[in-house]
Amino acid sequence: MNFPILSTIIFLPFLSSIFIFLFRSANNQSAIYISLFTSLANFLLAIFLWYSFDKNYIGFQFVEESNWISGLIKFKLGIDGISILFIVLTTFIVPICLISCMNSVKERVKEFIIAILILETFMIGVFCSLDLVVFYLFFEAGLIPMFLIIGVWGGPKRVYSAFKFFLFTLVGSVLMLVAIIAIYWITGTTDITQIYEIKIAKEFQYILWLAFFSSFAVKMPMWPVHTWLPDAHVEAPTAGSVILAAILLKMAGYGFLRFSIPMFPVASEYFVPLIYFLSIVAIIYTSLVALMQEDMKKLIAYSSVAHMGFVTLGIFTFTKQGIEGSIFQMISHGLISAALFLCVGVLYDRLHSRLINTYGGVVNQLPRYSFLFIIFVLAGLGLPGTSGFLGEFLVLIGAFQKSYLVAILASIGVILGAAYMLWLAKRVIFGKIKNEEVKKLKDLNTLESINLIILAFTVIVFGFYPQPLMDTMQISVNNLINNYQTDLAYHLMSNK
Amino acid sequence: MINDLNILAPEIFLSLGIFAILMAGVFIKNSYNLVNKLTLLLLIIVIFVLIKSENTSVQVFSDSFVRDPFTKFIKILILISSIFILNISQNFIKDNNINKFEYPIIVMLSILGMFFMVSSNDLILFYLGLELQSLSLYILAAIDRDNKRSTESGIKYFVLSALSSGLLLYGCSLLYGFSGSTNFNIIADELNSENTGAVFAMVFILVGLAFKISAVPFHMWTPDVYEGSPTSVTSFFAVAPKVAGLAVLVRFMQFPFENILQEWQTIIIFISVGSMILGAVAAIGQKNIKRLMAYSSIGHMGYALAGISTGSISGYISSITYISIYSIMTIGAFSAIFLMKKENKYTEEIDDLSGISKKHPLIALGFLIILFSLAGIPPLGGFFAKFYIFMSVVENEMYALAIIGLLSTVISAFYYLKIIKIIYFDDLKSPFDDVKDVNISGTLLLSCLILITFFLYPSFLTNIVNSLFIN
Repeated sequence: MNFPILSTIIFLPFLSSIFIFLFRSANNQSAIYISLFTSLANFLLAIFLWYSFDKNYIGFQFVEESNWISGLIKFKLGIDGISILFIVLTTFIVPICLISCMNSVKERVKEFIIAILILETFMIGVFCSLDLVVFYLFFEAGLIPMFLIIGVWGGPKRVYSAFKFFLFTLVGSVLMLVAIIAIYWITGTTDITQIYEIKIAKEFQYILWLAFFSSFAVKMPMWPVHTWLPDAHVEAPTAGSVILAAILLKMAGYGFLRFSIPMFPVASEYFVPLIYFLSIVAIIYTSLVALMQEDMKKLIAYSSVAHMGFVTLGIFTFTKQGIEGSIFQMISHGLISAALFLCVGVLYDRLHSRLINTYGGVVNQLPRYSFLFIIFVLAGLGLPGTSGFLGEFLVLIGAFQKSYLVAILASIGVILGAAYMLWLAKRVIFGKIKNEEVKKLKDLNTLESINLIILAFTVIVFGFYPQPLMDTMQISVNNLINNYQTDLAYHLMSNK
Repeated sequence: MINDLNILAPEIFLSLGIFAILMAGVFIKNSYNLVNKLTLLLLIIVIFVLIKSENTSVQVFSDSFVRDPFTKFIKILILISSIFILNISQNFIKDNNINKFEYPIIVMLSILGMFFMVSSNDLILFYLGLELQSLSLYILAAIDRDNKRSTESGIKYFVLSALSSGLLLYGCSLLYGFSGSTNFNIIADELNSENTGAVFAMVFILVGLAFKISAVPFHMWTPDVYEGSPTSVTSFFAVAPKVAGLAVLVRFMQFPFENILQEWQTIIIFISVGSMILGAVAAIGQKNIKRLMAYSSIGHMGYALAGISTGSISGYISSITYISIYSIMTIGAFSAIFLMKKENKYTEEIDDLSGISKKHPLIALGFLIILFSLAGIPPLGGFFAKFYIFMSVVENEMYALAIIGLLSTVISAFYYLKIIKIIYFDDLKSPFDDVKDVNISGTLLLSCLILITFFLYPSFLTNIVNSLFIN
């Protein structure tokens, strides 16, 4: 038996949180160091995992299996070229959050750290699980710490937002639970690798697909069930927003790739018009909404919805470019939106306002900050040379192969994206200083600089050299598309 | 005949013990402490007697009394939960001056009633057991006799429960009339769906049992009695009688009513859906934590009934698993409620919990875990309880029931979240007294630990429950 590296990565943050909880006498400072140490160690483990990952192997690697619910369900973990990227992203973002909370979280620091670490365990678990029930367990469990992060450390309307976040997600998820149980009784297993082999009858596929869709659409979030996201983002503390935007939203995109498409190919094909419609509405409508926002966090939240529209669009083109573009877009959005939320957090920590018109002319006082902020704004609108470009570009290529109309409409979204991002930069960074308070602002301190520079560096590196990501996911994406097409052909054959 | 007495050893031990302790209570003054300790000792001994007893399935005394692994498990569950409840309520009982020596003895008498009820294989024995249990519960509800609300709840419970017992007895007599016997074995053979009279009888018996486990629409007494009775009694009401009632229901469905599955299934589905929805919706507006627990228990009974309504062995297994995990959660919840004490007074208002996470982080964390578990959020124990139920519901292709049930968990999540909101998000009003009671905090810790670590080895409980139904 090999070393259970996936379990280690999953449960290391959890053990560290127990450690922090038990040593109640430890002060906040040492709690942060302990957590930072473990999360960095976890990041190194993930990098090691990526390094030892065989990019040419089709199927799942590092598979761990143990009996769990006797006779019914196995605790099965494993990764392929898609999930490894999300694991690395998660372990990369969490230390950044922990560093950021050194500045911004003032009360109940230890509890905050414990919540973040437990959340990390659940998030990595989602990307590792190869069993539907295990997946559901981690997927749902993430609600608890996130609910507390928004509710305890959030802004003035935090209660409303936390409840909305929790209940919206729960409604979608319980339908998925029914579907998971139904799959168990249809196929006799919840092991994903085995379900891939079984061709589920067509009439079941539609309803099961819808049940999974209800959960992922809320989580993604897709229009019209996206309304929880702006509220949650606005009220969550900076670190919470970062995790929400960078990782939690990606679970849904990952879910489509891992479950909806391989398990229900016929239904996926059937519902393509629905997905295209919702994605286009998300791209155009929420971009327009983003234009009109007064609140910086809300603006970025709506832009996230629009970007996620590209992701769903790309996934459901079922082309190599589209799916690779979607995955790349998810990773890159994870970095960019995290950075943008951190940038807003920097201003918020100083003036306690997220309103755009509080600021203006920030560049005069905070040159370093403004430089980094502009990099992220440009990345957010998809400037070539940043990671934001490639994802959208590939998705559009994929979309053009399927439908000109959809691709053209989506391209309009790119233009609108540029509009609201640049206008945001113009109003916050440039112009004259209108507010006297802005004159008293201090530039980035060391910790904030470290965070933002690391993120800017990754964004630019992946913009010029996306090869490591592309290489890793390539085989898995090919495999996904091949299986999808053979499954579809099989169902067409059996129809005749 | 003498050998048959061996089968009854736990019941005999318990009843003799009750008499002995009663005598001790009568002749020694201010003997609550002593009686309570003796009671705990006796209950522990009975657990050992039960564990030592054989695992075979036997019917004795003209097939009127049955002992099998199922009854053994249920009895042990009742005893363990009662021991915990008695333990955590000690201080409350003393503080409220209801520390009469009769208290533990009445609790034991109701446990004895439950024992006979669970083990009965005959309508008469079943009814006797049920009445012994209910009569003790009426007295317990009114034990704080100088308190208006306690007396009121006792009388309310008595009047309504007597009515339901009457209906149940009427059902029993009909059943006797149509099958010619009071013995379950013979009834099972005689019943079939053409036997309309027997279906009537079944409905009456179901009504009686639904009342005892407070399922909709026979739940009206629950919130009032839960609120009016002293908390120590409420905590007992919320666990032991529910376990016994549900076990008897499973027994009825499995043996005497086995052949009229179609008829009772529809009824139980409606009762179950009603309980799940009402339990979720009505709890939202509650301000008193005991009333809220009452509605929450109605909802939980709905889920347990959903398992029974499948009419399959896997459904019964899931129900019994559910009620076991429910007992753990409820004991945990009540031990947290016993810690709600301000200026030497126990409070019941949910608003009094406001912001206690700042002053009492450990109590708050305990509440948090138990509430999320009650809401059925993974990875806590409560999720697995619901998971097993819905596994068996979907297995029997009752998709609508599964979807209604799961959507009502979302509604019920709302009011559990509301309490968590009050504990964690609101500002501290006034802190609780520091209650230094090892029993309570130990029980709270234990139940939280079980709920958290349940996901490590969830089959532990199901393996046991599975083995009960194998023969």
